[in-house]
Amino acid sequence: MKKRSMSPASRSAFINYGIVIVAYVVIQILLGQGALSNTLQSLLVPVCCYIVMAVSLNLTVGVLGELSLGHAGFMSLGAFSGIIVSFALQDVITLAPLRLVIAIVVGAIIGGIGGVLIGVPVLRLRGDYLAIVTLAFGEIIKNVIMVLYVGLDEEGLHFATSQSNLKMAYEGVAIIKGPMGAVGVTRLATFTAGFILVLVTLIIVQNLVNSRSGRAILALRDNRIAAESVGISVTKYKLMAFVTSAALAGAAGALFGLNYSSTMATRFDFNTSILILVFVVLGGLGSIRGSMIAAALLYILPEMLRSFAISEYRMLIYAIILILVMLFTNNPKLKELIAKIVPKGKKKGGEVNG
Amino acid sequence: MAKFHFEKGHMVPVPSHSIIPERDLGSAPVLECSHLGIQFGGLKAVDDFNLTIGRTEIAGLIGPNGAGKTTVFNLLTKVYQPTMGTILLNGQDTSGKTTAQINRMGIARTFQNIRLFNNLSVEDNVKIGLHNHNRYSMASGVLRLPSYWKQEKAAHERAMELLSIFHMEDLANHQAGSLPYGAQRRLEIVRALATDPSLLLLDEPAAGMNPSETAELMENIVKIRDTFQIAVMLIEHDMNLVMGICEGICVLNFGRVIAKGTSKEIQENPAVIEAYLGRRKEG
Ligand SMILES: Nc1ncnc2c1ncn2[C@@H]1O[C@H](COP(=O)(O)OP(=O)(O)OP(=O)(O)O)[C@@H](O)[C@H]1O
Ligand SMILES: [Mg+2]
Repeated sequence: MKKRSMSPASRSAFINYGIVIVAYVVIQILLGQGALSNTLQSLLVPVCCYIVMAVSLNLTVGVLGELSLGHAGFMSLGAFSGIIVSFALQDVITLAPLRLVIAIVVGAIIGGIGGVLIGVPVLRLRGDYLAIVTLAFGEIIKNVIMVLYVGLDEEGLHFATSQSNLKMAYEGVAIIKGPMGAVGVTRLATFTAGFILVLVTLIIVQNLVNSRSGRAILALRDNRIAAESVGISVTKYKLMAFVTSAALAGAAGALFGLNYSSTMATRFDFNTSILILVFVVLGGLGSIRGSMIAAALLYILPEMLRSFAISEYRMLIYAIILILVMLFTNNPKLKELIAKIVPKGKKKGGEVNG
Repeated sequence: MAKFHFEKGHMVPVPSHSIIPERDLGSAPVLECSHLGIQFGGLKAVDDFNLTIGRTEIAGLIGPNGAGKTTVFNLLTKVYQPTMGTILLNGQDTSGKTTAQINRMGIARTFQNIRLFNNLSVEDNVKIGLHNHNRYSMASGVLRLPSYWKQEKAAHERAMELLSIFHMEDLANHQAGSLPYGAQRRLEIVRALATDPSLLLLDEPAAGMNPSETAELMENIVKIRDTFQIAVMLIEHDMNLVMGICEGICVLNFGRVIAKGTSKEIQENPAVIEAYLGRRKEG
């Protein structure tokens, strides 16, 4: 028996780490040479955020097999809690990267709590209730933040539903102003932070899927009755996948929120949730690599096409690329072909790890 | 229909719940159900079902189509909550338990219409059966702590060992859904065994198998009972299999037990003959 032969799943996971690291290095070199346009440079952090969003949503939709239509809601929770935390700590912790890390961790925790609050009552039900509840959740979060005012003075944080109710001292500053959203945010996000967050997300999701807990989640997706018959508790593992997914979305949201000097709650609306779902579906349900590539391509592409001379054909090219991505990631015939060309492709064993 | 209705007088007297009363039941029998029943709307799919199974017994549950055999399995594993009666498993009451808890208490099963994790590998199917026996936490899995490596290695070895019962080690990396029918049925048994049950329920394990596969299956069921020292209850329409390996047989018709006994007693039982012949005349 060969001892050190890698399982197809771990090989696939390492290829994904490789792709991310190579992409980071190449972009750093391009940045160093000044080869990236301003538009492209401004896309680097949000692309990382959307990759994390897509990979984490894939955990719920592809791996667990439950439909979520409010993933942007968790992103929103993370964004605004991250902004508040970073703002509240700006005099206490002057080291920007440390403040960013704390903001991301808090964003993840708040996102995760949101996941628990929704998951506990809904995931015990059988049927597609999660889709409808997450849809409502996304809208509720958006509307709540639109009437939320948060300010800071020497007494600490003030929360209210209108500016005058904040009751702050004279020199207090409001950071979240209802419909205007967060304003005057110190931009802490960097591309390197985005890269690290993507890598951490990949490690968490891939290691989870390729472990005892991940197998239980996959078992539930494939055949709930059989999974129960071998002693797997349904609610526990559904919650595990859903809450992890929500927490990662919260982390991505915190990074996203700290990338702009102002952010409105409408940024994280139903359309955003659907956009992320499109990344996941086109990238292939359950395929981590597919989510990553689809999110990166489909987020950057429309912007890139805009800057070329061919801009009148922009949407046409976008549509063609959408179809190509779909073919590449979902078509079994094409997969076989690729497997033939690339001899060390993964063997039979599951559509999960990719 | 009235012709097939068994009135009290027609029924074989059942002196004990146990199929073979003289069998050694140990400190507690593996399974003891009394007055078990369930009603779907007006239909009593299973009614007043009493049965005791010894610790290492191979028991058969037979009866015409629609008799309620699968429903009995679904009651024992709490896929359906019984509307009447009690089930004791290794002496413990199972009321209010979920299917997953029942498995942890000691019942594992296969399904009449195969239910594998089709998109996963054969090895992963077995490893999912081992779920409650390699217990490292989610954090150890994500952080790849030593307990992850140790227990994954053990799970791999155990999965291979279990697959070797049916000489299926070479199929470990194949996708479960792509296996031939017979192999899928065998994999279901391996997966059930992985949960380390004290009672194994097999719902038509030989369905779709050719005679030589069935003969091999019979040998393997006995081998499994002998090596794992567990009780087996099987539903089967193949009478050669049932008569060949079942030490006790329970016959259901229209949801009620019409006979219990050894294979010889069952074969000679007039009520059983009538149930089967009656069905043949009708069909
Ligand atoms: N969930 C349910 N709802 C309503 N009726 C049901 C349900 N499950 C089973 N039944 C009915 O209960 C009766 C017994 O069904 P069951 O599947 O237990 O039969 P069986 O003995 O396993 O038959 P077969 O040999 O064909 O597998 C049938 O009349 C069936 O229609
Ligand atoms: Mg049946």
